[in-house]
Amino acid sequence: MMTLKVNGQDHQIDAEPDTPLLYVLRDDLKLNAAKYGCGLGQCGSCTVIVDGKAVLSCVTPVLLLEGKQVTTLEGLGTVAAPSPIQRAFMEEQAAQCGYCIAGMMMRAQALLQRNSKPTDEQIRAELEPNLCRCGTHMRILRAVHRAAQLMDTAELSPAGQRSAQ
Amino acid sequence: MKKKSGIIGSVVVALLLGGAGMAFAIAWRPAIAAIDPPKPQSFDASLVRRGRELAALGNCNDCHTVRGAKNFAGGLPVPTPFGTIYSSNITPDAETGIGRWSEAAFLRAMRLGVDRQGRHLYPTFPYDHFTNVSDDDDRALYAFLMTREPVHAPPRDNQLAFPLNQRVVVAGWKFLFLRPGAYKPDPTRSAEWNRGAYLVEGLAHCGACHTPRNALGAEKLNAMFAGGDVDHWRAYPINAQSPAPVPWNADALYAYLRDGFHSDHGTARGPMAEVVRNLSAVPGSDVRAIATYMADVFGAPSAEQKQRGEAALAQVKSAPAATTVDSPAGSIYVAACAGCHESGRPPPYGGINLALSTAISGSDPRNLANIVLAGVRPVEGERSPIMPGFAASMSDTQVAALLTYLRARFSKQPAWTDLGNIVAEARRTQTASMETPADARNASAASTERAKP
Amino acid sequence: MIGPFILDRRRLLAGSGALVVSFSLSGAFAEEQSAPAAPPAPKLPGSLGKSPYLDSWIRIDADGSITVFTGKAELGQGFKTAFQQIAAEELDVPFASLKVVTADTKLTANEGYTAGSHSTQDSGTAIQYAAAQARALLVAEAAKRLDLPAEGLRIENAAVIASDGRRLSYGELVAADFLHVQAEARTKPKDPAAFKVMGQPIPRVDIPAKVTGGAAYVQDLRLPDMVHARVVRPPSYGAELTNVDTATIENLPGVVKVVRDGNFLAVVAKKEFQAIKAMRALAAAAKWKETARLPNQDELLALLTTTLKSQDHAIFERSDPSVSGQKAIEATFTRPYQSHGSMGPSCAVAQFANGAMTVWTHTQGVYPDRAAIAEMLHMPPASVRLIHTEGSGCYGHNGADDAAADAALIARALPDTPVRVQWMREQEHAWEPYAPAMVTKLKASIGADGKIADWNFAVWSNTHSMRPGGAGCLLAAQHMEKPFTVPPAKPLPLPEGGGDRNAIPIYTFPNIHVMHHFLPDMPIRISAMRGLGAYHNIFSIESFMDELANLAGTDPVEFRLKHLDDPRGRDVVEKAAEQFGWHTGQQAPQDRGYGFAFARYKNLAAYCAIASEVEVNRETGRARLVLAVAAVDSGQVVNPDGLTNQIEGAIMQSSSWTLYERVSFDERRITSIDWQTYPILRFDAVPEKIDVHIINRPGKPFLGSGETGQGPAAASVANAIANATGKRLRDLPLTRKRIKDAIDA
Repeated sequence: MMTLKVNGQDHQIDAEPDTPLLYVLRDDLKLNAAKYGCGLGQCGSCTVIVDGKAVLSCVTPVLLLEGKQVTTLEGLGTVAAPSPIQRAFMEEQAAQCGYCIAGMMMRAQALLQRNSKPTDEQIRAELEPNLCRCGTHMRILRAVHRAAQLMDTAELSPAGQRSAQ
Repeated sequence: MKKKSGIIGSVVVALLLGGAGMAFAIAWRPAIAAIDPPKPQSFDASLVRRGRELAALGNCNDCHTVRGAKNFAGGLPVPTPFGTIYSSNITPDAETGIGRWSEAAFLRAMRLGVDRQGRHLYPTFPYDHFTNVSDDDDRALYAFLMTREPVHAPPRDNQLAFPLNQRVVVAGWKFLFLRPGAYKPDPTRSAEWNRGAYLVEGLAHCGACHTPRNALGAEKLNAMFAGGDVDHWRAYPINAQSPAPVPWNADALYAYLRDGFHSDHGTARGPMAEVVRNLSAVPGSDVRAIATYMADVFGAPSAEQKQRGEAALAQVKSAPAATTVDSPAGSIYVAACAGCHESGRPPPYGGINLALSTAISGSDPRNLANIVLAGVRPVEGERSPIMPGFAASMSDTQVAALLTYLRARFSKQPAWTDLGNIVAEARRTQTASMETPADARNASAASTERAKP
Repeated sequence: MIGPFILDRRRLLAGSGALVVSFSLSGAFAEEQSAPAAPPAPKLPGSLGKSPYLDSWIRIDADGSITVFTGKAELGQGFKTAFQQIAAEELDVPFASLKVVTADTKLTANEGYTAGSHSTQDSGTAIQYAAAQARALLVAEAAKRLDLPAEGLRIENAAVIASDGRRLSYGELVAADFLHVQAEARTKPKDPAAFKVMGQPIPRVDIPAKVTGGAAYVQDLRLPDMVHARVVRPPSYGAELTNVDTATIENLPGVVKVVRDGNFLAVVAKKEFQAIKAMRALAAAAKWKETARLPNQDELLALLTTTLKSQDHAIFERSDPSVSGQKAIEATFTRPYQSHGSMGPSCAVAQFANGAMTVWTHTQGVYPDRAAIAEMLHMPPASVRLIHTEGSGCYGHNGADDAAADAALIARALPDTPVRVQWMREQEHAWEPYAPAMVTKLKASIGADGKIADWNFAVWSNTHSMRPGGAGCLLAAQHMEKPFTVPPAKPLPLPEGGGDRNAIPIYTFPNIHVMHHFLPDMPIRISAMRGLGAYHNIFSIESFMDELANLAGTDPVEFRLKHLDDPRGRDVVEKAAEQFGWHTGQQAPQDRGYGFAFARYKNLAAYCAIASEVEVNRETGRARLVLAVAAVDSGQVVNPDGLTNQIEGAIMQSSSWTLYERVSFDERRITSIDWQTYPILRFDAVPEKIDVHIINRPGKPFLGSGETGQGPAAASVANAIANATGKRLRDLPLTRKRIKDAIDA
């Protein structure tokens, strides 16, 4: 048994220490966002955030996460109260089949947490490990730019809500 | 650094005082008159083509191009123990490139390491190797370079402390270490071997990375190909001291250099990636010649090396690892590595079986640390290995534990020491390549950028 | 394949409906023809011809809730949303008040495959007319009850309202079997001028769940006591499993069962990673005898045009001996096998309980796949239920049908237990049926008037669909102890075609001769991929048009217009050219080129023209799409944003196919088995801009648009590369090395 901190909550996990985080998230914690795309670290569909950095959960054994904060897409917001990046992706309708999108969003979120005003070039370079087969790339880029704007506005607003970390 | 510049300073002073006349004769070279940039059409097309192949053999674009910037426009920072040197613009631009260089000036630069104006070039430009190149090949290279797109890109100032920033200092270095003159074939050897020697000692300048250097930064002639360091990577010994689990032979070398991988050895990454990419575009006979010569440099494997190689290959063929896990590091291996590295598929279809990995069997753990942290990035649109980097998910301690586990499980070599520091340093030097490189201008970023064709 | 209309659907909905509606399903890409053997239905529009009862499509409950049924599947194209728009518009109800139920053999009409860009044309049209008629019936019923003329009544918020204020809600108006009437061809759908919802960029109903971690895919399905299975596939086609010690594997942690049926081998475990580790051990323990002899991957031209036997059909002839050409050119174009490369490897969940098999699957065709699985299991089809549950984009016939069969076969060995089969990435890449390799040979001449005088086109290709085909098309059935054999391949009939899709040019030439060399033998496993033969045929035609334009000394756009009579075709050509800024005598900047291409998908679906700007690095040969400007005419637009999304996606995907992709194999095995060995486009190659301009045609029939961009995008890029380098490349993919070699030559 080990304790895993996911989206701000502690969970007791009964999984072998060599189990990749992806399967613990999906099967033990019933979280849908991180997806199995390749299991080889080549496509990015499984991307989550660990201690602020984008991580490929399919090649990250759960034993490495002791004491670390794991954030999945579910932890950023809900349909009723979406985070800036979720709002941005909805407003830009940045999805076709949508399978790659959760991974894209988490990688973008990690970037925006680090660099709130990325250039187009920086976004493209950052998203390079993530594949999209449907060809939604242009919208994904627009959505990330939009998310940056929304985060910017959110910080300046009187309510001063920072985006979910 | 201070210590070294101190040493150099004394040596140079000694030279100048002790041999003023000789030094003057070496130190001073006349300027060669500038010419109008020659018209590209004035060059014979087949000569240009030959020059292109030679430039690929010489890996010129690797040092003379910054990733994302224009070809051959220079500006790549090359870190040396003495400071950072920036590569020059070798496009035929009239003001900032070599557009006003005559053929004679170019030949002199290759032969003696002197620019058109007569200034000494720093031996970061490996003219100690290029001096071996024949006049004919130099002419072809000239034709190739003078027909490239001119790019206006002023040279960047080298970052060298006094007195190293005085080019005259280089004269002393040359006096000690430069043996000018084109390669002379060995009549007792085959034509293919001589061709290989000509290329390796000349344009391909393998020793520039793979030979250790002395305190003055020159290759140690009594330890040729005994291993070197480049850009925070270890350039393995490629002689009898090769640490590869399976001994290299000419066929394996040929395949590795030509295709970029070999199933018994792995894939060419780090600074070798660009080298093999270039070699995929030159005549196969040249790569074969290089392989023949280098196989001779490696020498026939000793009985012990042969046995070790057979044992490693046997380990690969035998039953796979048990699915029960013995340690935390073993868990990391099962979850993060086995999916690719125990797939039973040789490179480039799968990760190399780690029993065959030189990175694990070599004495220097840096390459393995680099790869584990930064992974291997895909090459756009081409079949090439992709490995995720683990810098974000693993701490230095965890990486060190993994490296220790891999060393123990997949090699018969003694454990590495000081891994904590080595991993921390590798993380520092690889960091720029792991984050968005758009604005990264520092040496480590640029140097690992070269790893991506 | 025409399945029976199921009457018991309404009664079953109460119980089983819950399972279906818990997933929101959205659409992906349509490909090959839904495959009827019968001639098309005479008068009723769209799929109403096969399923004429209105309650196959619309259900209104007494409480007023409205459900729309479609036999099509959401593949990520946004169909669920589009159909909701159509129904909401025609029924005059708020968009959000409807829900859509998609392909389920127990609940929806049999609409064959979600393929061939037919969904809006077939299903959307059926829903449109069914909803329109339903509204008319509701109004008529209200008129009867209120004893008022129907014309004076109006509709608001799912109620019929009289001028005196009396109101009857839809729920109040319906009685049992109210909609169990046949569709009438005279039904008039709404006047486009009155549209409130159709033609609007309504946000997709499935995206909110997908960006917040809601359950959206078959991969997200979790049933109580569900177990995880992994298949161990053979190492090559036709390999025989000679030995495997399953006892050790059965003792591994969490393993529930090892299933072996001939060469079909799978392991089931309680937890997913346990199943994966057991699969690795089982794969290592399995000994195979391999006998496959694959062709040489570098000699596909010879393979297709010489080695494989062909059935030759002249599919179009026109002759005008009075016109003859003066300057002639010819060219050969080749396409390798290419992969769907679905981002999510195929997955299915099956449960065998009480003699009935239920499979949740992302197959494009629940009815045909059900028939095949039933045949494989020797079960009556009525005892097998397939429920479409969205997967990742499939772009045609990928591993979905096979994963469904795998799950069913394993589930039968574990009665009552839900079994989830997830294919591994390597398995999806190695075993999915690819897009067939193709060769085209073109020859044409220019007359004195600078126009094409005669045109010869020949295409060599396998079939582009191995479905339906019954059990013999399923891998599990092929590998079983008592295997089913792969049925003989048949060409897909024109006008839609398969390898000959878009082989007949849309242009008008005085002399035309088009040959289809159908190749029945399939040394590599193939089936339908987005666009089918149209991708390569349009690539060939539109590349060759540029070569001919060059020969004639005419601007490429002007040259096309000289031969294009179809006014809607001309409109998209002119629109794309105008928006791009295309003009005669233009000159691209250094290291760049401009290219243009146009096609009407299948010569009867949507029109698309694309102008591109491509950058080519002369030193490395690297080509990159910088800008694409597209114009598309898809008839009456349902959701303009969805349409734009599809065209953008088609351009990106086609660019990837065109610049990078080819399946690789050695003499025995498929070797392109992951993203290392089958690279596709990444963000470093994404263009700066893609502009899509829609020409809306209110009131005109819907035209399928999911595949219309693939061919023009390929040719547009190829033409731009030729413009940039002065060298014409005809062998796909147009790799960096090929471009570099062409430049150097």
